[in-house]
Amino acid sequence: MPGPNPSTITRRRTRLDAQFDRIRAREEAGLAKSGGGSRTLKKFLNNRLAVIGLTIFAVIILASVFAPLLTPYDPNKINLRDMLQAPSWEHWFGTDRTGRDLFARVLYGGRISILVGLGSAILAAIIGVLIGVYTGYVGGWLDALAMRVSEIFMSFPQIILVLLLVSILGQSLLNLILIFTLTGWGGIYRMARARMLSIREEEYVLALRSFGLGRPLIAYKHMLPNALGPIMVNITLSTAAFILQEAGLSFLGLGVPLSIPTWGNILNVAQDIRVLQSNWWIWLPVGTVISLFVLSVNFIGDGLRDATDPSQQG
Amino acid sequence: MAESKDVILRLRGVKAHFPVKAGVFKRTVGHVRAVDGVDIDVYRGEVLGLVGESGCGKTTLGKTILQLVRSTEGEIVYRSPDNEESDLSKLDNEGLVPFRKRLQIVFQDPHSSLNPAFTIFGSLEDPLKKYGVKSREERRKIIGDLLEAVNMRREYMDRYPHEFSGGQRQRIGIARALSIDPELIVCDEAVSALDVSIQAQVLQLLMKLKEERKLTYIFITHDLSVTEYICDRVAVMYLGKVVELCRSEDLFAKNLHPYTEALLSAIPVADLDKKSERIVLQGDVPSPVNPPSGCPFHPRCRYAKDVCKSVVPPLKRYHTDGHEHFAACHLIDLPEATEEPVALTA
Ligand SMILES: Nc1ncnc2c1ncn2[C@@H]1O[C@H](COP(=O)(O)OP(=O)(O)O)[C@@H](O)[C@H]1O
Ligand code: SF4
Repeated sequence: MPGPNPSTITRRRTRLDAQFDRIRAREEAGLAKSGGGSRTLKKFLNNRLAVIGLTIFAVIILASVFAPLLTPYDPNKINLRDMLQAPSWEHWFGTDRTGRDLFARVLYGGRISILVGLGSAILAAIIGVLIGVYTGYVGGWLDALAMRVSEIFMSFPQIILVLLLVSILGQSLLNLILIFTLTGWGGIYRMARARMLSIREEEYVLALRSFGLGRPLIAYKHMLPNALGPIMVNITLSTAAFILQEAGLSFLGLGVPLSIPTWGNILNVAQDIRVLQSNWWIWLPVGTVISLFVLSVNFIGDGLRDATDPSQQG
Repeated sequence: MAESKDVILRLRGVKAHFPVKAGVFKRTVGHVRAVDGVDIDVYRGEVLGLVGESGCGKTTLGKTILQLVRSTEGEIVYRSPDNEESDLSKLDNEGLVPFRKRLQIVFQDPHSSLNPAFTIFGSLEDPLKKYGVKSREERRKIIGDLLEAVNMRREYMDRYPHEFSGGQRQRIGIARALSIDPELIVCDEAVSALDVSIQAQVLQLLMKLKEERKLTYIFITHDLSVTEYICDRVAVMYLGKVVELCRSEDLFAKNLHPYTEALLSAIPVADLDKKSERIVLQGDVPSPVNPPSGCPFHPRCRYAKDVCKSVVPPLKRYHTDGHEHFAACHLIDLPEATEEPVALTA
């Protein structure tokens, strides 16, 4: 191919320049429409169930936090003159067998149950994400090791672990959170790892590697933000699961010590068949609150999932 | 003459094999020979094209040069302006850091080449930090200048990738590669994903930057018309090997290898009077897991003879109009270039 003669070069230049100006003009016109507001937030707020979930969630949390303002009763104050009273203006949810006000117990119990659920979920997420993000990006033997360890934790029957720890360490709030964290981090770890495996093939990660940036910097700073959506979803869903588990374990008398009011401990008395049959107000309101809370958290989780899913552009 | 040119990168017998694992125990049952013995000298200041059908190992070779994919065998020698040689394939991650500044890459897919969670400034500032630009003001200035160098506005640095078009993102990718002042840039299908009108614009920009910053490009593409437009020399790859390497004008007029001939005949000719015979390549590209014996091209070659099935043709050096011309085929009936190979260490 002989070198292009000068005249064709200039002609090509001017045509390209004209094209370039047009493209530039289009880009400038595009300026106005873009930017402002988070797409994720907008999509989340457009999801009716998610908004309902968020509302219920907020109401229950606020009611628990501001419990002293909503009820004059002490949740642990035994009042033998008011045993097993049905709901009334004085005791909205009635009283239990030792005459404690159930409305106050549900509110104060919410504090502990939500603390256990959310606290364990967040702790589990921190551990799972710290391990999964790094090993998923780096791969190799470290990744294989982390995978085996998580399998061991996940395959261990939770109820036996609970019995074991309760008998060794005794029953306490902290132990329960510890147990949930230990048995729960594996799920978030695997999800974080799987996200990292797919993100690490993206070209922007290769570009960062081509600059020789450190692995922790690439993994935690540059890649993690792109995995946050599913991680948030996972935190909400495991919060719901942990709250149910707390209720279940406390119902069996293995959870938080009975002296501390929690949703599970309130339900605990419903083990008695007579209570179940004749004192519905002891278990029905608290059962409803638990279900509402878990449902609302699940709605929020689903809403988050849809809002952060990049394949559903809205 | 080509012979007096200054070598920036010397590839010798470079191989990159990926293990193929199968079964419950993940035993290695074979290797994908993505790059299978490549010898190329890249000269400082040239644009070297790397062409071939998709899957022939071009991208892998590009990544191997930067050691983003570790080479299995062979030498990848970088030669600095003051003639110091270093074999990148023997260095660990730490050892590679000083060379990260010299060699950079522009990627193929404008949609995954920028981090969606960061602004342009956020994506580009960490490399600058790493290479010693400590103050934020200075980093903003450098990134602003880079954006202007690729015909974009400085203010764009505070936007997110989704606010840009494909062509704009590709230009940002180029700006990123330039940010630490490299000497050699591997452009991996840098314009293939773009509209034709925008392709021309980006190519023109790349050529302008090359002149201004005295860059060397390795330009990976499957589009031969692009090579004609910007490359000084072209290497044709087939199944992980270089089969022909020559000046780009010779590639079109005086190619030696049957594969090159077939590849060229496959591009539609715009010029209607110039009727060229179209050579249809039969069959698919063989799998790089089990490449054919002998000449890798023999199952599809219309000149293949018995010797082609058993003996691998070496890449030999010929002369075309006084320029180096490499080709690997048994049938070439030309005198081999006899002079000593180019003196690599001056
Ligand atoms: N990470 C990898 N693992 C296994 N095989 C790979 C990997 N990367 C590329 N390959 C294989 O190597 C061959 C060459 O791929 P590539 O370099 O992308 O070709 P090209 O860029 O020429 O299209 C292909 O057969 C591809 O499947
Ligand atoms: S060596 Fe044989 S098979 Fe290979 S390209 Fe030449 S003629 Fe064809």
